[in-house]
Amino acid sequence: MAYSNLDQLYRTVIMDHYKNPRNKGSLEDGSMTIDMNNPTCGDRIRLTMEVSNGIVENVKFDGEGCSISMSSASMMTQAIKGEPVEYALKLSTIFSDMMLGKEIDESIDLGDIEAFSGVTKFPARIKCATLAWKAMEKGVENESHS
Amino acid sequence: MINKDLRSYFPILNQEVNGYPLVYLDSAATSQKPIQVIEALKKYYEFDNSNVHRGVHTLGNRATESYEGAREKVRNFISAKSTQEIIFMRGTTTAINMVAQSYGVANVQEGDEIVISYMEHHSNIIPWQQLAKAKGAVLKYVDLEEDGTLSLETVRATITERTKIVSIMYVSNVLGTMNPIKEIAQIAHENGAIMMVDGAQAAPHLRIDVQDLDCDFFAFSGHKMCGPTGIGVLYGKKALLEQMEPVEFGGEMIDFVGLYESTWKELPWKFEGGTPIIAGAVGLAAAIDFLEEIGLDEIEKHEHELAAYAMERMSTINGLTMYGPKDPGKRAGIVTFNIDDVHPHDLATVLDMNGIAVRAGHHCAQPLMKWLQVVATARASFYLYNSEDDIDRLVEGLNTAKEYFNDGI
Repeated sequence: MAYSNLDQLYRTVIMDHYKNPRNKGSLEDGSMTIDMNNPTCGDRIRLTMEVSNGIVENVKFDGEGCSISMSSASMMTQAIKGEPVEYALKLSTIFSDMMLGKEIDESIDLGDIEAFSGVTKFPARIKCATLAWKAMEKGVENESHS
Repeated sequence: MINKDLRSYFPILNQEVNGYPLVYLDSAATSQKPIQVIEALKKYYEFDNSNVHRGVHTLGNRATESYEGAREKVRNFISAKSTQEIIFMRGTTTAINMVAQSYGVANVQEGDEIVISYMEHHSNIIPWQQLAKAKGAVLKYVDLEEDGTLSLETVRATITERTKIVSIMYVSNVLGTMNPIKEIAQIAHENGAIMMVDGAQAAPHLRIDVQDLDCDFFAFSGHKMCGPTGIGVLYGKKALLEQMEPVEFGGEMIDFVGLYESTWKELPWKFEGGTPIIAGAVGLAAAIDFLEEIGLDEIEKHEHELAAYAMERMSTINGLTMYGPKDPGKRAGIVTFNIDDVHPHDLATVLDMNGIAVRAGHHCAQPLMKWLQVVATARASFYLYNSEDDIDRLVEGLNTAKEYFNDGI
């Protein structure tokens, strides 16, 4: 069976985050809350964030979905927690570019997130991988307008 | 006759996907097309293509004959009384929307009831939600039995004298349940309501007799029954269609056009505004010929056998849950399931890597997913070109997925 193909998608680090999600749960009431779902498949995510002075002080996610969407959410929260909003948005752009198979800005070390590069070969799963990132972008945009 | 040679009529099935011979188990989403349908479309475009109902020229006559000939084929296929009762539309969704917007808007008042069920596809939910909202009517859902069937007792308790429209699917696209449409139609009529049937998952798989069912409207799509996309049918009883106003206005559907007033053509053309779906109808007619040559009873029997075999094989997989009636005799060739700790998306990806196409997600039935208390499920659906070998491949793929996710990492 085609394990080697599967391994391109389900890298060890992805499965680790799926089975042991980081920052799972939700922050106290009053935090910024963003709900997002993927209407084609039923994946859903709730992101709660605390942003002050342009810094993502804390972030948690909750939801239901496949290994790709949930591990991506886990890694996303880990990557942006304690970081400036601008950096989070930049990472999100790089992530989108990576999904589209574009050249990516190599000045930022993606760390574990790079494991998602294999998703480009599975077009049907790109939306799973980007769900949490889109939720974060939406939250940050709403914040800057309020 | 259904045998393995049948598969050779479907050129698309003769390919490898990700290094494996394709096993196509997503026919409930759309069926594959036999060479007879592909050739009919090609022939139409190569020899007969023209607009209908207007040309004095030869091609125009040929196109009109083909288009109206297709209507007669459909009439015979569903045992309708008259071709005036057969309206060509884009598909089931358009047909249900048309009934809601035309019959519904004219006949449903504030406080009236529209009755559907928990197992409906979104296309048989939202048109009624919209109508109910616009009219201040009440949308009621028939609850399901534990095994995912409808009980006539519950149907009887839900439909009242305030009910104006009952709209139920014949065969569930998720549970595979075959609903007692004839009996439900009778209950609807006893209460003065009309009965609409979503036949999208029924027409490809069982013999349909709209007069025997005594339904008022019946909708189905060509692409799920070996025909092309973009063609579907609304059957309606002539007496009802005659009272109804068209919802699309323009060319083809008019009798006389004045500056401020116009009149409509007679049935069925008053509902077919614009250049009709001529090639689609030609393709659908070829699909009907193909299905009838094999025999709808044969097809239904084949699917029951495949469902029974799949349920038997799949029940040996630990941690696999199947939804819907346990009795394969009560269901069409659709098996919806989940495997513990493997999300259906991941399952579908693993199967795809092994050349097996299944559907994963909510199957356009979110209220049903809620009723099942699941977010998503995987679905394998069978058609006349599938065989037990395909199910063996599926079971092998499921075991691979289980191994990979539960033990492998």
